[in-house]
Amino acid sequence: MGLRVLILRAPGINRDADAAAACELAGAQAERVHINRLADHSLCLHDYGFLVIPGGFSYGDHLGAGKLLAIDLQHRLGEQLATFVADGRPVLGICNGFQVLIKAAILPGLQGGEPATEHVRPQATLTHNASGHFECRWVQLAAEPASRCIFTQGMTMPIEVPVAHGEGRLVVADDTILDQLQTQGQIALRYVAPDGGDVTYPANPNGSVGNIAGLCNPQGNVLGLMPHPEDAVLPQQHPRWTREPWRQMGDGLLLFQNAVRYAAQL
Amino acid sequence: MAQYLVTVTPRTVAHTLPITQSLYLLAGSQLDPDTVARLTTELLHDPVIQQATWCALNTEALQADSGNFLPPGGHYLEIAYRPGVTDNEAESVLEGARRMGISGLEQARTLRRYLLPAHTDPQILAPTLANDLVQTTLIYRHDDDGAARRSLYLLLLTPPARVTARIHQVPLRDADDAELLRISQTGILALDLSEMQAIQAYFTQIGRNPTDGELETLAQTWSEHCSHKTFKARINYRCANRQSMSTALDPHLYSAYHRLQEDNEIDSLLDTFLITATRRVLEAHAAHSPLQWVLSAFVDNAGIVAFTRDYEVSFKVETHNHPSALEPFGGANTGVGGVIRDVLGVSALPIANTDVLCFGPLDLAAAALPPGVLPPARICHGVVAGVRDYGNKLGIPTVNGAVLFDPGYTANPLVFCGTVGIAPRGAHPRAARPGDVVVVLGGRTGRDGIHGATFSSVELTHTTASDVGSAVQIGDPITEKKFLDVLMQARDQGLYNAITDCGAGGLSSAVGEMGEQTGVTVELEHVPLKYAGLQPWEIWLSEAQERMVLAVPPQHLATFLDLCATEDVEATPIGHFTNNQRLHVMHHGQMVVDLAMEFVHNGRPQRMLEAVWQHTPTPQQGTSSPAPPMLTVRESLLRLLAHPNIASKERIVRTYDHEVGGATVIKPLVGVTNDGPGDAAVLQPLRHTYEGLALGCGINPHYGRLDPYWMALACIDEALRNVVAVGGNPSRTVILDNFCWGDPRQPDRLAGLVRAAAGCYDAAIALGTPFISGKDSLNNEYRDAHGQRMAIPPTLLISALAHVPDVRQTVTMDLKEVDNIVYLVGATRAELAGSHYALVCQIVAPDPQPARPDQTLPPLPPRVDLSKARQTFVALHTAIRAGLVRACHDISEGGLAVAAAEMAFAGGHGLHIDLSAMTIAAPWQPADPAHALGAPDAIAIKLFSESPDRFLVEVRPQDATAFEHSLSSTILTRIGRVTANTELRISTATDEVLTIDLATLKMVWQGGLDTGLSQESDL
Repeated sequence: MGLRVLILRAPGINRDADAAAACELAGAQAERVHINRLADHSLCLHDYGFLVIPGGFSYGDHLGAGKLLAIDLQHRLGEQLATFVADGRPVLGICNGFQVLIKAAILPGLQGGEPATEHVRPQATLTHNASGHFECRWVQLAAEPASRCIFTQGMTMPIEVPVAHGEGRLVVADDTILDQLQTQGQIALRYVAPDGGDVTYPANPNGSVGNIAGLCNPQGNVLGLMPHPEDAVLPQQHPRWTREPWRQMGDGLLLFQNAVRYAAQL
Repeated sequence: MAQYLVTVTPRTVAHTLPITQSLYLLAGSQLDPDTVARLTTELLHDPVIQQATWCALNTEALQADSGNFLPPGGHYLEIAYRPGVTDNEAESVLEGARRMGISGLEQARTLRRYLLPAHTDPQILAPTLANDLVQTTLIYRHDDDGAARRSLYLLLLTPPARVTARIHQVPLRDADDAELLRISQTGILALDLSEMQAIQAYFTQIGRNPTDGELETLAQTWSEHCSHKTFKARINYRCANRQSMSTALDPHLYSAYHRLQEDNEIDSLLDTFLITATRRVLEAHAAHSPLQWVLSAFVDNAGIVAFTRDYEVSFKVETHNHPSALEPFGGANTGVGGVIRDVLGVSALPIANTDVLCFGPLDLAAAALPPGVLPPARICHGVVAGVRDYGNKLGIPTVNGAVLFDPGYTANPLVFCGTVGIAPRGAHPRAARPGDVVVVLGGRTGRDGIHGATFSSVELTHTTASDVGSAVQIGDPITEKKFLDVLMQARDQGLYNAITDCGAGGLSSAVGEMGEQTGVTVELEHVPLKYAGLQPWEIWLSEAQERMVLAVPPQHLATFLDLCATEDVEATPIGHFTNNQRLHVMHHGQMVVDLAMEFVHNGRPQRMLEAVWQHTPTPQQGTSSPAPPMLTVRESLLRLLAHPNIASKERIVRTYDHEVGGATVIKPLVGVTNDGPGDAAVLQPLRHTYEGLALGCGINPHYGRLDPYWMALACIDEALRNVVAVGGNPSRTVILDNFCWGDPRQPDRLAGLVRAAAGCYDAAIALGTPFISGKDSLNNEYRDAHGQRMAIPPTLLISALAHVPDVRQTVTMDLKEVDNIVYLVGATRAELAGSHYALVCQIVAPDPQPARPDQTLPPLPPRVDLSKARQTFVALHTAIRAGLVRACHDISEGGLAVAAAEMAFAGGHGLHIDLSAMTIAAPWQPADPAHALGAPDAIAIKLFSESPDRFLVEVRPQDATAFEHSLSSTILTRIGRVTANTELRISTATDEVLTIDLATLKMVWQGGLDTGLSQESDL
């Protein structure tokens, strides 16, 4: 039996099947589990080696994308999740999952970062795209070589994956946070231009600061990213497969293979 | 009750926009300031980008709250949803508080507050930012005393008063005809005299008057929306002037056409043309194939076809036109939600959405707007946002569609929403059994959407908005997503015997249909309500969104309710199925409805309607009669590419998620920079097989204005061309019909509808494409204060769903490699009437007294040659499967020139088109007016004719022989070559016609929607 991956379901999460398919293609055994099953302890997060918080519009995203599921995680799964992360097990938040991890202050997880209270201001957030609207398109991502992220190891060439979001613009509370993220190797993925030149819209589809597409925690085992590697795991999912040489696999599969391999070694 | 106001302000704001704040009203008898502070900090704002303040809801505090951030001399404008309208954000506040473990918050409402600078007039701006139907506004200045605000807030927080349930008896038995009609009209029942008389006779026979609930139940069940009474009517069709060309058409292939050359009586358009066509196609299929194909047509909530050995796919397309005209976002939003529920109603997992939208011209001058009608740009913006919101939130990719603009849609926009579903074969249970429990699932019932079913059957007027505003709703996609997740599990565990969606007509329709064969008893007091104050008949008729009704066997009830509870989905038993064939509805022991099912479902008298066909097409609106100068080829091509119907829809398409599910193998936008116009989408819905589905559509109201018969053929041909172009199998393609028409009681409109249905019959049989589902939306008319009527152009949407044998063998329309050969497949005739070339040249067709003979166009739209079309599709499909085709594009609006330009700039390769080998096919018959009067020049015909059944195909030189052999049964012309430059060049044997840079072509094509859409986004 392969590594057990928990794909978290919640009201409005809708890319759980896509994430499960990607994990299975990477050799793991994926289980789509409703958050209520973890909250009522009928299942235990600790029995899984890898946690994926997939994309969607959890609870409708009416109070800012991911906000309610972030509160749900903090209040109902807080301890389980903290232990899971502290154990070094991989956690992947994709799109809405990334928004959830940010709003729950699990990312970027700098020293002193914790859930919003009267006195502590969060370090970063994901908000409305600079374009002002939801957008679905393919983008190119490059791994930051200095990153500690366990998901992007060995990613030497830019990869192509789709984005599909309306609130993916990374904003940091102040510039020192950006410096900190950089020096601690927490910037995992950046948007790059197809021609290698300056990165402007639409290569950076949402106006994120520093063209950041994905962030990891200081330990590198929690990754959040706006694009959807789970929808770029098969050759025929690529937008130009009819005019380019047939690929062996989709570019996004590498992230899942890395996580599964890493988790299996723990 | 303690009440508070929280104000959230962005930290940085764009300079061009007014500052927008979010206001939250919070109330609860035990709600204390500490809790409000905590909610403000942890739930209601994002401190990185926003700041927040809060205060108690009293006049002094509101006064003190004013003035912050407001530009000097400016105004505040506040907008809130009216009480009773879905406020999803407020529901989220309550949900968030529960998740935080806070119990003191009992009520929440949200408002938007715009801080307007001094130079803007809030009275002018308010109607552009708010829709009075569903929202209320308040305008005030910084020195406001807070009294008006406080009373608005209290109103928003006041729950509706409880009412005493009253069941009225309607005095019908003694009513004369005038009184019957008055009862129908004042009640928005949309029943005609003979229907009212049938109801009167029934109640006279049983010796009592109907209750309000019974009359409403019958009006709903007998509505056009639910019973399709026009399509089932007996129609007396008369042909005022016959067309001379009938002799040229094979009477076997064009049998319905010939039938309509004579006056005759048609008993049900649905049976005579659509269902019979399907039966004949399936009989022909069964004669040579043992495999099951169509599993359900015209019976279930959606049509169902076999996909793989183990799976079936379902497809349904609905319209939501009237609601979208009044509240574009909510109308489109709930339209998508509704068609998704149709697919859930056949126990299938939704895997793709389609959307076809028809609007008035985006740049329509404000003065040209009829009273009470929203500007087309605003409708377009709202509808697109509504489609996006629902589809994206449910995680269903929106993969195919079209957007059309025409003055005829200004007052009556059309919104077609489609959903494809997939399910294991035979997983959909269909029959409620006596004893089964009636369970209502999902959202709660409110006063929303009362009279939606009957409202869709009345024409719109300048006062419709205020008359039937209650029919308009806002959707709640997450509630639907939650029960979608649960239903798939319930289906796999076999927990229900029947399921249907609760759409138009509400519980009355859903429960009434499910219990038709058995009988059913419902106790309305068990139905969960959003708020108090509903009368029993309103609970029964409410069309509140996001609800399903199931028949659950008693032994599975506990399991089913547990399953729902584990995912926070509300499910409530409200009655049971009986074996007495009666519809029986109670409310706290009082009888609301007690009717024989036989009368409810079969008691409606058949409509008798008159249809008169006069072959005098009306000139297209917006065209001027003075003869304009003929355009050059270059100018024609550029105008065509910039025409909003042809121009790139990328800015709309990209707001829809077309990737979710990971199954979209051929995307809506294709080519070297992912921005060319794909012909159809291809899905690979199952990971374990490369078998796939192609989705395409055909629609052309310009042909409909000339003759709906030929429009129907052209639409079916176009839908089929789209799916065949990408690799769909034409011999396993099913189609859906959606007719959108004017008032069928007008004999001219009805005659057009008859002709369109006849066209569907001839085309479906000749092309071998069965109809699996269909819908009609009639009465798309607008009547102004002076009684002047405006109908939409006759509009038929054909949606096609084709089986793809192997998704790895599909092709896209972008040119692939230099030196490849480009072929034209199919015959080109002089067919410019109804074409977009005629539109951009502003040529009115037909012109009885042409100013210049060279401008005269044939009066009939392009015609499909049914003796050739199927053969062409099959031959091309065979070549695609053999890997002989590198690119393929269907030729439609704008003709060959537009298709060639699109292929070139999508592929980033030059293309040389040489017209010398191309011939113009013989006319349909010598007397064809196109030739009798002298046609436009040959080059214009070759480049811009819209003769159907044609493709441009790119083939590698080494495959040319095999390709030509494969297509030997078709009319094939080697017409071009892919070139190493970046130009489109068109020449004849003697002349250079055109050389134009691809960048120019693409820029013009991509900019076609800029003007209209940017106006709206500035708001």
